[in-house]
Amino acid sequence: MSTESLRIVWIYPDLLSTYGDRGNMLILARRAQLRGMPVEVLEVRSDQRLPATADIYLIGGGEDGPQALGAQRLLADGGLHRAVAQGSVVFGVCAGYQLLGTSFFAKGTRCAGLELLDLSSDRGPTRAVGELAGEVDPRLGIPHLTGFENHGGRTHLGPGVAPLARVTTGVGNDGATEGAWRGKLLGTYSHGPALARNPDLADLLLRWATGVHQLPPLDDTWADRLRSERRAAVAAAARA
Amino acid sequence: MPLRAKVASSVSRTAAALSRAAGRGDGSVIGGWIGLKIDPDLLAHLSAGRAIALVSGTNGKTTTTRLTTAAVGVLGRVASNAFGANMPTGHTSALAKAGSTPYAVLEVDEHYLAQVLEATEPHVVALLNLSRDQLDRAKEVAMMAQLWRAALVRHPDVRVVANADDPMVVWAASPPADPAQGHHPPHVTWFSAGQRWHDDSWVCPECGSTIRRVGEQWWCTGCPLRRPEPQWTVDDDGVLDPTGAWHKIQLQLPGKVNLGNAATALAVAAEFGVRPVDAVSRLGTVTSVAGRYAQVDRDGRNIRLLLAKNPASWLEAFDMADVAPTLLSINARDPDGLDTSWLFDVDFSPLAGRQVLITGDRAYDLAVRLDVNGVPFRHVRTFDEAVRAVPPGRLEVIANYTAFQDIRAELDRVN
Repeated sequence: MSTESLRIVWIYPDLLSTYGDRGNMLILARRAQLRGMPVEVLEVRSDQRLPATADIYLIGGGEDGPQALGAQRLLADGGLHRAVAQGSVVFGVCAGYQLLGTSFFAKGTRCAGLELLDLSSDRGPTRAVGELAGEVDPRLGIPHLTGFENHGGRTHLGPGVAPLARVTTGVGNDGATEGAWRGKLLGTYSHGPALARNPDLADLLLRWATGVHQLPPLDDTWADRLRSERRAAVAAAARA
Repeated sequence: MPLRAKVASSVSRTAAALSRAAGRGDGSVIGGWIGLKIDPDLLAHLSAGRAIALVSGTNGKTTTTRLTTAAVGVLGRVASNAFGANMPTGHTSALAKAGSTPYAVLEVDEHYLAQVLEATEPHVVALLNLSRDQLDRAKEVAMMAQLWRAALVRHPDVRVVANADDPMVVWAASPPADPAQGHHPPHVTWFSAGQRWHDDSWVCPECGSTIRRVGEQWWCTGCPLRRPEPQWTVDDDGVLDPTGAWHKIQLQLPGKVNLGNAATALAVAAEFGVRPVDAVSRLGTVTSVAGRYAQVDRDGRNIRLLLAKNPASWLEAFDMADVAPTLLSINARDPDGLDTSWLFDVDFSPLAGRQVLITGDRAYDLAVRLDVNGVPFRHVRTFDEAVRAVPPGRLEVIANYTAFQDIRAELDRVN
């Protein structure tokens, strides 16, 4: 954690913010503040330099053009790579997850990714739209993942990353696994405000960023009800 | 009209009447659906001989259509799909029901604009705005602008009335001319209605560069795309027309957004030769629009219904709503879009300090959002519970599409 306060950077909201992506920044900031941590949030637009000294970097979803442009600018900027080398946390969602890999498809061509995660993405036969759920890698120690996905990509994991979850509903990477993580980098197809439905995932990112192993619990009544309701809805849809 | 079209039109009217009688809805879709089954060209046949205006965009279509219908009414009878049934079945049903009219003003779902342009050969098309809406299903914003643009290229003679404040609309309304194909740029009249929502137009649809905004002006930093000079603008509580004359607008509908819708309606009506001075008083006759803005008194509460379907329209709803107890209701059924992510694109903090109640199929999604926003709320299971939970006086109800329809049904399908 940087010296004064927890610094959260939302990368390129002008390009990569399609499905309420702001939510992840708001949720992390709120959960940190409720525990008395001073928080600084920075929205860095694509025509600005990316500071390399933040604790958590967030990359959201976007259409093909902005995704390709975002990857180009991040490669040219180099700030995110420096931050990762210094141990910062990165959370990528949907298009933002894909561009952390070695390559992805946008507007019909293969685009170079940031090569921060050992994975590559291409186009799937169909668009994956709907509820996404999975059992999270037990090493991460958090309950099941729940979210909504909307993407045309399929992601192939290399040996340098572990899947975030085993898919129980939806498609995720390829119908079997969903998302990926390595060190303090984590990506998911659970799009938009993924942390709204997964407060334990939010706290995992905060623990990684702060090095604090036990965070004081928060009142997650509403998030818990939402998770139960979504789980029941998914189960009901599976029975129908 | 060919015999087949006559039969189809008559069957269509009967089916609509039956649907209404059976309490199944406004009857505005089913009639057209049956008619189109009998004669697939029915919409084109019903459009022939009418001077037509189409109104499309993400938000404000239904209200602008109603205001435009009122304004064009200066000239004669106007057919319209007044109940928000805005796909070809709804247009067919509306035109069949209206019988022969010299004019028609049709609200068009933005996905169907190309198809309806083709079928109805309108005199004028109004392009209001494009923003994120039901993204699990709808085309993303840039793709929608591209579809509009391609449709306008195929109809170079239609007159366009378009929003100068929305870069996506400006780009869609300015397709490149191709003299080799005999294409000339469309005739566009620009209006400025103000735009609170900017988050879908930071990237230029033409070149991908950043769009800059200062005050009401905007321009692309990488290509010539910039805000055109509008001929119609909202000014204070009135509208400035292209001659520079100012017309006071006295609406019964709330909010600045409806002043913008009024300016658009006057601009569209002017394309038919309606003078704004003749139309303004008619705009004030519109009280509610398919339940939107309707007020109902129940148990000492004055309940007002506001529809908000996507982030841009929630921002407008907060602007319209009085500082009063507020019920928010969210569903995520098919017509709403199944994805509730957009809740985090809306800043609910304007509601802080008001008594907030939440309900609907997806109340828990809203609960988490309000929690993050630091806005206290209470969850209620039914509309009646909400009414009982607030003191006598105004209760503002803001709901998304099917949630709105549910509450409207509780209030006996108030219009």
